[in-house]
Amino acid sequence: MSSVSKYFSGLFTGIKSLLFGMSVTWKELWTKKVTRQYPENRDTLVISDRWRSELTMPHDENNEHACTACGICEMNCPNGTIKVISQMIETEDGKKKKILDKYQWDLGMCTFCNLCVLTCPSDAIKFENTFENAVFNREKLKQQLNHEGSKLRDKKKEPLAPKAE
Amino acid sequence: MILNYSQPLEVTNLTSWLDAALRSSLPEFWVLLIEFVLVGVAFLAAYAVIALILIYAERKITAFFQARFGPNRVGKWGLLQSVADMVKILLKEIVKINRSDRFLFFAAPFFMIVASMATFGAIAFGKGLHAIDFNIGVLYVTAVSSLGIIGVLLAGWSSNNKYSMIGAMRSGAQFVSYELSAGFALMTIVVLAGTMQFSTMIEGQRYCWNLFNGHISSLIAFIIYLISGHAETNRGPFDLPEAESELTAGYHTEYSGLQFGFYYLAEYLNMFIIASIATAVFLGGYMPIQVKGWVAFNGIMEYIPSYIWFFGKTAVLIFLSLWVRWSFPRLRIDQLLNLEWKYLLPINLVNIVLMVILVLSGLTLTDLLPGWF
Repeated sequence: MSSVSKYFSGLFTGIKSLLFGMSVTWKELWTKKVTRQYPENRDTLVISDRWRSELTMPHDENNEHACTACGICEMNCPNGTIKVISQMIETEDGKKKKILDKYQWDLGMCTFCNLCVLTCPSDAIKFENTFENAVFNREKLKQQLNHEGSKLRDKKKEPLAPKAE
Repeated sequence: MILNYSQPLEVTNLTSWLDAALRSSLPEFWVLLIEFVLVGVAFLAAYAVIALILIYAERKITAFFQARFGPNRVGKWGLLQSVADMVKILLKEIVKINRSDRFLFFAAPFFMIVASMATFGAIAFGKGLHAIDFNIGVLYVTAVSSLGIIGVLLAGWSSNNKYSMIGAMRSGAQFVSYELSAGFALMTIVVLAGTMQFSTMIEGQRYCWNLFNGHISSLIAFIIYLISGHAETNRGPFDLPEAESELTAGYHTEYSGLQFGFYYLAEYLNMFIIASIATAVFLGGYMPIQVKGWVAFNGIMEYIPSYIWFFGKTAVLIFLSLWVRWSFPRLRIDQLLNLEWKYLLPINLVNIVLMVILVLSGLTLTDLLPGWF
């Protein structure tokens, strides 16, 4: 190809590709806007279930939870975010038993690594996707997860009971 | 008299009434003085207001090109966003740079703004809304608008900052190169129109815009003018002087507050000035769309005020410039200079000869189809 024809073919292919580029952006101008406007769309907002933003301890209708106060979550927490405060009580048949007194979690220290939930032997805690956690005071980030007056749910392990004895 | 009734919305009515009122009670000198001051104030106000509108429009259109909403929190649809930004920039501190050339550093933004303002004065906004109308209008515009580059070079030099210096030098190389093409493109149309005065040029485009009158040659000149005008304003794919990954912010890195605001304002106004010069030269300026023989149609078109025609045409060109800006990737400095010196300039030189041939051998549309145009 001679340099002259190269010059002109380069010029016209250049113009063609520029016009093609402009047609692409022109179509883009009329596409639906993808921005989601957050405070206005709270009603229709969908947050993934896997999103971890708040640690909770599910309680059933009898105000019972599944936490045995074993403290494995506290040991596994890399930041020392969780404090399991337990107390020893004596049951009716004279056995000593450790029960949960306070389950404290500090949102401000948590990295949402999910290790506490993964290691919990009794599935007592889980992460929720409620993400609006802003507060005015750092003290308000420290939460107590077990409800007032709640107690441990009785485990239904009748088939296992004879084997243990 | 009929024209007065048919064009009730023209600003000419107001200005001629004001002039008559002043002349009836004051001597010539005071009339002129008051009118000069009024025109100056009006221009300064229009300068700021147009810049604010342009900044808002650019942010909004840019957002739409990127499938976003753009500013929409301050005021309805974000209309007050650029006003809020202006207030912020006015309140900011003007930082004094150690070991900079203090005098030149402070003088540089004024060169920029004065050059842009002087060009702004030569724009015909509408019938009777034309402050500077020399018989060498086109020459005046090209001469005065190229003064702005002094402000850029001074800013880069006086900042005592290597990034500013490189940015200013790039800007200088770019501006000087593309000024040549813009000038040649305008000269092509001067050959066609036979005049350099903007008002005569616009009147001559009553039935046939220069863009169509010179068909092939005019179209090439129009495209070249838009490209080189776009490059002169340091925007879009030609924004090398402000390549932030290499040069932070280019020549205005060290400026803050109002001084930075001057550069910002001048950049947007230069975009408007390029668009409005192109409107006046190629698209018939403030002339409404008129077709020979269609009296009723022409009457309706005349009814729309001339400044609306002007701003409408200019807005289309500004939109085109934004469209280009958000379509193409940035050029490298050698590609930039290649485009000018290897493509635009030779094409332009051939084009001007072609236009001379067209005009001399009577091949323009007005010569070929006198009944239509």
